[in-house]
Amino acid sequence: MIWNSWSDFFNMGGYGLYVWGSYLATLICIIGEILMAKRRARTLRQQLSLTKESILRERKDEATS
Amino acid sequence: MSINWYKYAAPSSFYFLAGKLIPFFTVLAIIFLVAGLYIGFFVAPTDFQQGEAYRIIFIHVPAAWMSMFLYVVMALWAGIGLAFNTRLSSMFATAIAPTGALFTFIALWTGAWWGKPMWGTWWVWDARLTSELILLFLYIGFMSLQAAIDDPRRADKAGAVIALVGVVNIPIIYFSVQWWNTLHQGASVSVTQSPKMATAMLIGMLVMVLAAWMYSIAVILLRARNIILERESHTSWVAELREVTR
Repeated sequence: MIWNSWSDFFNMGGYGLYVWGSYLATLICIIGEILMAKRRARTLRQQLSLTKESILRERKDEATS
Repeated sequence: MSINWYKYAAPSSFYFLAGKLIPFFTVLAIIFLVAGLYIGFFVAPTDFQQGEAYRIIFIHVPAAWMSMFLYVVMALWAGIGLAFNTRLSSMFATAIAPTGALFTFIALWTGAWWGKPMWGTWWVWDARLTSELILLFLYIGFMSLQAAIDDPRRADKAGAVIALVGVVNIPIIYFSVQWWNTLHQGASVSVTQSPKMATAMLIGMLVMVLAAWMYSIAVILLRARNIILERESHTSWVAELREVTR
C-alpha cells in the first residue's frame, strides 16, 4: 500500500498543493463545460418550443379570421 | 451488411444517432476515469526522482495529447467542410473547438503546477510551452472568428482557413523537445523506444487517455446536437421533435 492514512494521501509526499491544484482545476473545467453545453441545450429547446407555439397560434388566428 | 453512411451526413439523422451515442460514451468515460484514477493513485508506485508530484502526469499527458489530436481532427472536418461543402463536417469542427481549447488550457495549467515544484517556476518561454500556448490562441481565434460572422456558412469557411493554417503548429509542438533546448522533458512514450516509465504508471496514463477520449466524444456530440438545433431551427423536422413539442 502506498498510503498509510488519508492525511498521507492528501499530503502527496509534500506536493499536495500542486497535485490537488491540478486535479481540482481540471474537475472544475470539465464540470463547467458539461453544465454550459447542457444549459445551451435546454435554452435552445425552450426557444424552439416558444417559436413553435407562436407559429401554431398564428395559424389558428388565420384560420378563424 | 451494408449501412447507408450518407444517411448520417444529414444533420437530422445525425441528431438522433448522436442522441443515442452520448449515454454510451458517457458510461465508458466514467468507467475509464474511475479505473485510471485508481491505478494512478493506488497502484502506480512513487517516482524515485519526483516523489508524488509526478501524479500530475495522469491528467497532464492525456490533456496535452487531446489538445493536439482534437486540433487535427477539427482542422480535418473544417477542411472537408470547405472542400466538399458538407454542412455537418463544418458543424463538427465548430463543436470540437471548445473542448480542444479546454484540454489545451488544462495541459498548460497542470504543466505550470508541475513545473513549479520541479523546475522552480510556473512558466518559461521555451519552445514546448510557447507552442502549446499558441495552440490555445489558435483555438480561441477559431472560435472568436466564427462567433463574429453572422452567416454560419461563411463562418465555417473562414474558420476552416484559420484551422488549416494552424495545423503547422502541431508538429512544432510535438517535435519542440527534440528541435530546441528545453526544460520540458522528452517524450515519455514514443513509437521507436520502449516507454521510460514503470508499467503501472504507463497503464494508468493510457487508461486516463481513453477516459479523455470518451469524455471528448460525449461532450462534442452533445455540442454538435446543440449546433444542429440552432442551425436547423427553421426546418420542419426540428419543429416535429418530441423534446420541442410541449
